[in-house]
Order: sequence, then C-alpha cells, then structure tokens
Amino acid sequence: MVEAAGIPTLCMTSALDITRSVMPPRAVFLNFPLGHQAGKPNQPELQRRIVTDAMRAFDTITTPGAIVELPYVWDPNDRAWEEIDYTKGWMPARPPKEAADQAETERRARWSAKP
Amino acid sequence: MPVAYIPRTKELYSEFKPYRWVDNTAAPIPWTPLNKPLKECRVALISSGGIMYRDQPRFHREDASYRRIPKDAPREDLSIWHFGYQTADAEKDPNCVFPLETMRALERGGIIGALCDPAFSFMGGVYSARKVRDELAPQIADELRRAHADAFFLVPA
Repeated sequence: MVEAAGIPTLCMTSALDITRSVMPPRAVFLNFPLGHQAGKPNQPELQRRIVTDAMRAFDTITTPGAIVELPYVWDPNDRAWEEIDYTKGWMPARPPKEAADQAETERRARWSAKP
Repeated sequence: MPVAYIPRTKELYSEFKPYRWVDNTAAPIPWTPLNKPLKECRVALISSGGIMYRDQPRFHREDASYRRIPKDAPREDLSIWHFGYQTADAEKDPNCVFPLETMRALERGGIIGALCDPAFSFMGGVYSARKVRDELAPQIADELRRAHADAFFLVPA
C-alpha cells in the first residue's frame, strides 16, 4: 500500500510463513519469539546490531519480495520457545476487565496531572 | 526452525470460522526504489506492538487506529496494550517491539539521515486485513508524506 504510494518500505518479521504469503516488497526475517523482533530487553548493543543489520536490506534487496534472514540466535541453549510460541496456554491469563480498566484510568490520570 | 505461525493461529482460534489469510503470491509486488543512500534518508518507524504515548487512548480489539509517538519520547512516557503477544519484556523495554531509542542511536551514528518525527504505532491484532489496507495504510501514507519520509520501517510485535 505504502510502497505503491511511492515510499520504499521494509518490514521485519518473525513469521516466515505469513510473510511468504503476504509478499511485502522487502522483508527481514529474524527467528526470535513474538514480542522481541527488535531485540532483548535492556540490551541496547544487540538491539542496535539487529536494527542496523535490518536497515541494510534497504540497500541489499533489489528484487521485490525478497526476504533476508538475520544471523541471530535467540538462545543457543533454549530452542524450547519455538515449540510453545503462539500455542494454547502460551499467553498468561489476562487481568480481569475491572482491574485493567482501573489501571487504564490511573494511567490517564497520571498524565493529565502532569504539567 | 522458523515457527509456522499459520497452523498455530488456526489451532488457537479453532472455535472460530476459518480465517481468510492474505495471499499475494499471485499478485505483482509493488516496488519503489530508494532514491538516495540510506545515510541520507529520512526514515519513518512504525510498530504494530500497541504502543501509546502518555495519556493517548488505550488500544482495544478490532482497533485500526494509530498513535503518533514523538521521536524523542523517553521510555517512561510509553505504555503498551496488545492481546496477541506476551508484553512483559516490551513493558520492561519498549525497544523490543518499538526500537525508538535504537533508531535515535542510528540517527546519531549516521546510519540513517534522520528518524522522522513522529514515529507511529498501531495494534496489530486487527482481524480485518481489509480494514488495515483500506483505512489504516492510506492514513499512514499521508502521515509519511507530511513527514517527508524517504523510507518506512515496520517492526511487528
């Protein structure tokens, strides 16, 4: 959509099967669990390497529909995440609606109280 | 081994009617080449991880709205709402799904010409791909034109 509007696009993905079906103009595949596509929390060096390597695809991808894979491994000692990511029981239970709404009210109030 | 998310999604949502997955494999792929080196480009960032800035309204299911996040927003000004991924690590460090600080570092380091202001986020768990394509995407394209973006970088959750 955006590409057709004249702006070059690049997307990251951890879902290779979905990406192969959608066929975006440029994609970078990183085999990390959902919620970690740009790296691990509080590891800015790793995040920088991942995003820098991803951005390189703007230069290296010259064929529409190409998918480049990044050479990062989530954890050489933990492959178990691949078995459980996005399966039944993988998501923690959501807080009850009242608690979530209360947290949301507090969030909005916190910000409107600030100058 | 890359995870097969399509069968897993089918399994997770098995009580619902089958989903019509987007299949562009027979369609021509749109293509706009970069017209200058990346280090001279103004790059816009968007994340589908459901990031909100300060008291911006929380996302909800079937929400095809987006948020504008100031490019210099400190981490404490960000919060997250999404039902489709485990958000604990992103709540500790939003850069996991919304690499705003990371892109600022790339700008300082001259890897990109500039990070566009604002950055954007939406909540990727929108059932209707049509809604995303026909409503959200054109609005984002307008925002990118206004921000004079030379390139657009999408990070999923």
